[in-house]
Order: sequence, then structure tokens, then C-alpha cells
Amino acid sequence: MTSSAPRRKIVATLRRWWRQLTSMRTALVLLLILAVAAVPGSLLPQRSLNIEQVRAYYEANPDLAPVVDRLWGFDVYASPWFAAVYLLLFTSLIGCLVPRLRDHVKSLRTPPPQAPARMSLLPQHRELPERLDPDRVAKVLRHNRFRVTTRTTDAGVTLSAEKGYLREAGNLLFHFSLLGLLVGMAYGSLYGWYGNRILVAGEDGAFCNTLQQYDEYGLGPNVDSTDLPPFCLQLDDFTAKFLDNGQPTDFIADVRYGQGGEAPQDTYRLEVNHPLELDGASVFLLGHGYAPVISYTDRYGVTQVSTTAFLAQDAQLTSTGAAVFPDANVDPETGEADPDAEVAFEGILMPTTPEQPPFTTSVSPEADNPGLMLVTYRGDTGLDDGQPQSVYSVDAEQIADGSLEVVDIEPKVLSLGESMELDDGTTVTFEDLVPYATLQVREDPGELFVLGSAVAILAGLLPALIVKRRRVWVRVTDGGTEMGGLARTEYDGFAEEFDRIGDALSHARGERPKTKIGIES
Amino acid sequence: MTTDPALADASNTAFVAMILLYAVAMFGYAVEYAFARRAKTVAAPARELVTAGGGTGPASPEHVDESEEDDDAPPPVTPGVSFRQAVLAGRIALVAMVLGAVAHAASLGLRAAAVGRWPWGNMYEFIVAVSLVGVIAWIAVVAKGWVARRLSLFAMLATVLMLGAATRVYTEAAPLVPALDSYWIAIHVFAAIVATGVFMVGFVTVVLQLISRRYAELSARDAVIRFPMTLGPRLPLAEKLDRITWRLHVMAFPLWTFAIIAGAIWARESWGRYWGWDPKEVWSFVAWVVYAAYLHSRATGGAGRRWAPWIAVVGWAVMLFNLFGVNLFIDGLHSYAGV
Ligand code: HEM
Repeated sequence: MTSSAPRRKIVATLRRWWRQLTSMRTALVLLLILAVAAVPGSLLPQRSLNIEQVRAYYEANPDLAPVVDRLWGFDVYASPWFAAVYLLLFTSLIGCLVPRLRDHVKSLRTPPPQAPARMSLLPQHRELPERLDPDRVAKVLRHNRFRVTTRTTDAGVTLSAEKGYLREAGNLLFHFSLLGLLVGMAYGSLYGWYGNRILVAGEDGAFCNTLQQYDEYGLGPNVDSTDLPPFCLQLDDFTAKFLDNGQPTDFIADVRYGQGGEAPQDTYRLEVNHPLELDGASVFLLGHGYAPVISYTDRYGVTQVSTTAFLAQDAQLTSTGAAVFPDANVDPETGEADPDAEVAFEGILMPTTPEQPPFTTSVSPEADNPGLMLVTYRGDTGLDDGQPQSVYSVDAEQIADGSLEVVDIEPKVLSLGESMELDDGTTVTFEDLVPYATLQVREDPGELFVLGSAVAILAGLLPALIVKRRRVWVRVTDGGTEMGGLARTEYDGFAEEFDRIGDALSHARGERPKTKIGIES
Repeated sequence: MTTDPALADASNTAFVAMILLYAVAMFGYAVEYAFARRAKTVAAPARELVTAGGGTGPASPEHVDESEEDDDAPPPVTPGVSFRQAVLAGRIALVAMVLGAVAHAASLGLRAAAVGRWPWGNMYEFIVAVSLVGVIAWIAVVAKGWVARRLSLFAMLATVLMLGAATRVYTEAAPLVPALDSYWIAIHVFAAIVATGVFMVGFVTVVLQLISRRYAELSARDAVIRFPMTLGPRLPLAEKLDRITWRLHVMAFPLWTFAIIAGAIWARESWGRYWGWDPKEVWSFVAWVVYAAYLHSRATGGAGRRWAPWIAVVGWAVMLFNLFGVNLFIDGLHSYAGV
């Protein structure tokens, strides 16, 4: 007995909160908060978009960055506070929608309500002197897509007609589809995965779909690395076409692929806006660049070759990258390595070298006159101790702690096929230049569901905004006919529609009206 | 595909003609707005407003719905310009506005012909197309009799400001980068242009609505009326402008929704994912949410209705930021569309 009073109080409070949360005003405020909450993600660098920019932000603001990070500033759209806003909004939405759905179903099942006793109080009202035939009236109203109920009393016959149910149906469809969208996105991120890969042209560049083969990847929480479909890809050729000013007009990657674990054999012309669909996953062409082929002949006359992708720095594809030879200068007789004689090169690649110095930026993205300028390092590359390193640069730490030292020679731009002799008599040669394509492989099983929801959102939105709900009553008595009308939603044109219906009804005594009235259904 | 320089030049010539015609129109409308007044000097009986949402009270005596203008009222004595001359100025302005729109369309069409593609591949072309949609939408609004002709002054002002901004980001006619070379550019960007153009007209009417409302409030309590509220006596009632604003936003919102969905489908084809919170996506989403809030705000009773026009103003501010701020200051995937 004593405990029931507080409990009732708690229930009452919860109920009040629930009503508060599911009110339209709360939804409105939450919508505006959602808009504001989305903004910081476009002003701060985001991990999911560009991790390099996040790193740069850390360097530029060493004090601020950790604070921003703790507030999820670099992962705004995965942050708990962003999720809190949209989950509250969707909870509010559900709380609002479920009763509305119930009401709508009920209103579809109940006939339009009884006419008010004094129809002259309605916003629209008209009296006709003649006594209309109720069946004819019902027919005309139905013809105009009204739902009509006829009630007969002693006083006469009353018809209640209502139209525009599609508005609420559209409204419900729109809002439920918003929920569908969220569900589809969540499903896709739980069961989807992606991987990015730089694919150098030629058979040596080929790869098969396993995680180790990707430069960068992300797996949804419910995806296992063994779930990836077994396909292999190889880039045969890459063609880029440019205008004279360097603006690209076409990128074409001729790829070869094999499905179900087979070696690449089928060919496909991969282009931007034209992905390759493979075993449920899609392969997209995101970018391209050049990989120089660099060979190094060491003190023992052993030649090694390295093909590494250089990353573009500007629109003319001036690119930077590195070639590392950790196994250089190993005595072939003894097999003994000299840990201080490993060699690494870092450099700038220009697809078209300018005629005049400075030889630092390319003048065209096309490989018309390739030039490679290298800086040579000798010492311990640090690759042997298994530390992960960027493949696009020589490890800065090894340079900083003196393990790697710059070999002091006159810098020189190597053109294709040209060699350069180092101080110890070894040589480095710019052998060849091959194109590469940056690919993204992605599988998002929620995609179609999201698309369906988006289409349903639009399909619901149109009737929800355009259709007007309105009621018309017609009472036929011995003394004549009385009409009344009420627009249940803001509707400027209702007076005119009501007049047209009135006209049609008074004509309806004889024959059916030929034209339909009231274009708004 | 290369550029035809003769056609590109012709496009720029049409652009200049358009600017001149719009300038003439603006001047003519300004004359009409200022001098063609037939304001009632006699206090009209306060009219009870019976709108669906419930009237807010009697209209102030001076504040007359322009649809009820009294043709018999004597034109007030104005220096220099007679009533008849002012109306003539308005008619000339209308002709100049329509001819300006034709030159506007020609400028865009010639550019399309010059480069052999849809004429909205960079920011300059985008803004020129948006303002064309704005002018056409406005002409439709005037032709349907929703507003009086002289209010075109404000639509012209907004258009000329937009076009002025376009000239700041002028880009030579050129073919597209590969990522834009897809039929989705016709669908996605066209929808974004039409939606933005209609939102722009909605912004014009919502500003007029706010001025009209404020004017009514100030004059009801005999407060001092300063610019821009001095425009109030010649504006339609706020309630009427509110309905027009609403209709324009109701038209633009589904278009905007469609533009975003089409963008997402395109993004899936060309960037590999349908949504990635790229800055342009973020701000499109923010604008969508703000306009959704506008559409909802009118259904939340008196307070919501009061705030509704301000939400629409914020919506347009977000649209402008999405167009200028995001393109010019924030690095993102849309940047390559070219400034
Ligand atoms: C979900 C994805 C997308 C959204 C939300 C989106 C949004 C927008 C918006 C709001 C505009 C209006 C113009 C502006 O404000 O600058 C626009 C224009 C444009 N969009 Fe998208 N977009 C998406 C995807 C794409 C994709 C995938 C491409 C092309 C690969 C693309 C290319 C363009 C172009 C060329 C313009 C017009 C030119 C310009 O802004 O300079 N959009 N987009």
C-alpha cells in the first residue's frame, strides 16, 4: 500500500517525460540540435575522411588536439554525443509515429463523421433550393474520390464525405522510411567492409582479396577476414587523357580479374563512375599515379629492382616516394650483411620535367619526359627489425638518430634509362615508369535497403506535402439541400473546390458530370 | 571534347546583356515601388483576419493588403514622377526582366554549346543557373498573381547579388574532369539547381514577410519605423507572404531531398560510398534538416509559427554557406568541381 503511491508517482513522471519527448516541439528542437551537431565534423579534420589531416592538426595544435580528440572531435559522426542526438530524435519519432499509425488505421476503418447539426457554422457553406438525389450526390462525390457514407434520419438524408487520406499515409511512410534509412545504414556498417589498394600495372602487381593485400582497410564488427570473397585483380594498363592545361578528361584502367579463387583472366574497363561488381563487392577507381622502376647495383655487382608507387603532390602529378634496399651489399660469398651498408632512396618524380631549373615540379601530368631526382641514404634502414614503416618515405627516425646518413653527391635529375654512380662505385638506374591505379573494394550489404528507404522517403514526402485532407457534408431534406465543407489542413484553394463541387452537384440531378473536379486528390 | 571560343564569347556577351536588362528592371521596379503608391489615406475598417491558422488580430489601418487596392483613391502628390509614369516604369521593368531571363538562358545555353556538355560543371555555372531558376520561379509567382509586380524589385536585387557573386568565381568554359563525366550530373546537379533557385525565391518572400510583420507590430504600437521596416506599407500582409513562403518551400524541399538522394547514388558510383560526411554532404544534410524543421515548425502552435520564418532564413544562410563557404574554404571531394 505504501509503496504504490511513489510508484505511481514515478510512472506518472516517466509518462510525462515520454509525452514531452514525443511531442512535436521536442522533435523540432532535436532536429535543430542535430543540424548544429553535424557542423563540427565539417570544420575539424575527420579520421574517417583523411587521417593525414588529423595528424597535421595534431602537429599544428599539440595542446588543443588531445582535448578535441577526447571530445570525439575527429570522429564526430561516430561519437556518442552525435549518436545521442539522433537516437533521441528517432525515439521521439517512434513515440510520435506509433499512435499516429494506430489513429490512421482507425480512421481508415471508420466512416467519415456525422455532419454537424448547424452546417452554417462551417467555413464553407452553401444552400441549394432543390432537393438533390442522395444517390446521385454520393456518386458525384465518389467520382471525385471522396469516401462517402450515407446516413438516413427522420429529418432527411445526410452524406458525409472525406478525402485526402493519402496525406497522412504519405506522412507516415516518410517518417517510417527515415527509420528504415537508419536501420539500413547501421546494417551496412555492421556487415560491410572495404579495402584500399594501390595496384601497379603488370603481372607483378596483381593481388587477391585478403586483408594483408590492402594498404588500408576497415571491417564491420560482424565481418570476419575469412568472409571476404575470393577474387584476384590485376592492372593491365592505365590510360589517362588530359587537356593542355593538365586537367584530366578520362581515366581508364584496363583490369583483369578472376572470381572464386581463379587467376585473373576476364577483362574489364574500369572507369570513374563505372565500377566493377565482383562477388557482391564493388571495385572503384579512385585515383592514379606513377610508380618508377628503380634498380640498384651494389658493391658486389648484384642488382635489385624496386617498383614503388609515388604519391601525387599536385595536379601535374609531381610525386614523392621512396625505394628501400635493405638487402643491398650482402656479400654473396659469405651471405654476410653489412648493417651499415643498406641503401635507401627518397625522391621526386616529374612525369614531365621542365626545360629549365628548378627541377622540382612537373609541368604536365603526362609522362612525356619523366625525370627522377633522388636523395641517397646509407646505413641501417630499420626495415629488418620488423617495425612497420611507410612505404612512401624513408624512416625519419632512422635519419634522426643517425642510423641512416645522406650520401653527399651532386643532385641530378635522371631521365628514363639513365644511371647515376654513387661515391662507392655502386649505381642506381631509373629503369622504367609504370602507371598505377588507386582502387577501393567495398561491400555494403545495407545499400539496397538504404536506397529503397530513400525512394520511400521521397514517395511519402510528396503526398504528405501536397495532398489536403478535407470533408464535405451534404444534407438533403424536403426543404432543399444544404452543403458544408471543412479543410482539415491548411488549404487555400478549398473554397474554390467547394464551389466547384457545389456546381457539379446541382448539375448532377440529371446526368453525371463529364469532367472531374478537384485535381488535388 | 574541346571548347568553341566563339560560342564561349557569345555566352559572355549574353551575360552582359542580361546584367544590363536586370539593371533596367531593377531601376524600373524601384521607381514603381517608390512612386506608384495608392496608399489609403482614409483609415480602412480594421479587417478581421480569418486564416486557417487563426488571425493574429486586426490589420493596422495603413497596412493594406495590396490585393485590395482602392483604385479610386487619389494618387498622392509625389515629386517628379507621376503615378502614371511610375506604372509605366513597372511595365518596362517587367519586359526588361523577361528579356533579361531570355538573355540569361541564352548565356547558359551558349556555354553548354561551347563545351558540349551540361552547363553546370563549376561554381560559376552553378550560380548562374540557380539565379536563372530564381528569376523564372519569380516570374511564375508574379504571373500567377501571388504577389504584385513591383515586389520584383526584391527578387531582382537577390538575383543581381547572386550574379555578382558568380562573376567573382568566373571560370573559363572547359570540359569536365572524369569524375563529373556521368549522366548523374544532369540529374543531381539539375535538381540541386532547381531546389536552390526556388529556396532563393522563398528567402526573398520570407524576408519580406518578416519586414511586413515587424512593420505591423511597430505601427500597432505607434513606434518609430526605420528602414527596412519603412518598406512595410507597400508590402502584402505578413499572413499572405507567409502562405507564399510556405508554398515555395513545400516545392523546393522535395526537390532538395531528391538532389541529395541523387548525389548519394552518384557518390556510390564514383567515390565508392553513398554517404561519407564529406563537407558538402554535411552542409547539404544540415540545410535539409533546417528546412525540415521549418516545415515542422508551423505545426507546433503559436511559438513555432513565430519562429518559422527565422528558421527559413537560417536555412538559406546554410545553403549559401554550402555553396560559397564549403566550395571556397573547406577542402573536400566537391572541391574538384572547380571554382
Ligand atoms: C551524397 C552525396 C552528395 C551530396 C549530398 C551532394 C550535394 C550537393 C549540393 C548541395 C550541391 C549544390 C551546389 C553547391 O552547393 O555547391 C551539389 C552540386 C554539385 N555536385 Fe554534389 N553531392 C553529392 C554527390 C556528388 C557527386 C558524387 C558528384 C560527382 C562526382 C557531385 C558533383 C557535383 C557537382 C559537379 C555539383 C555542381 C557544381 C558545383 O558545386 O560547383 N556531387 N552537390
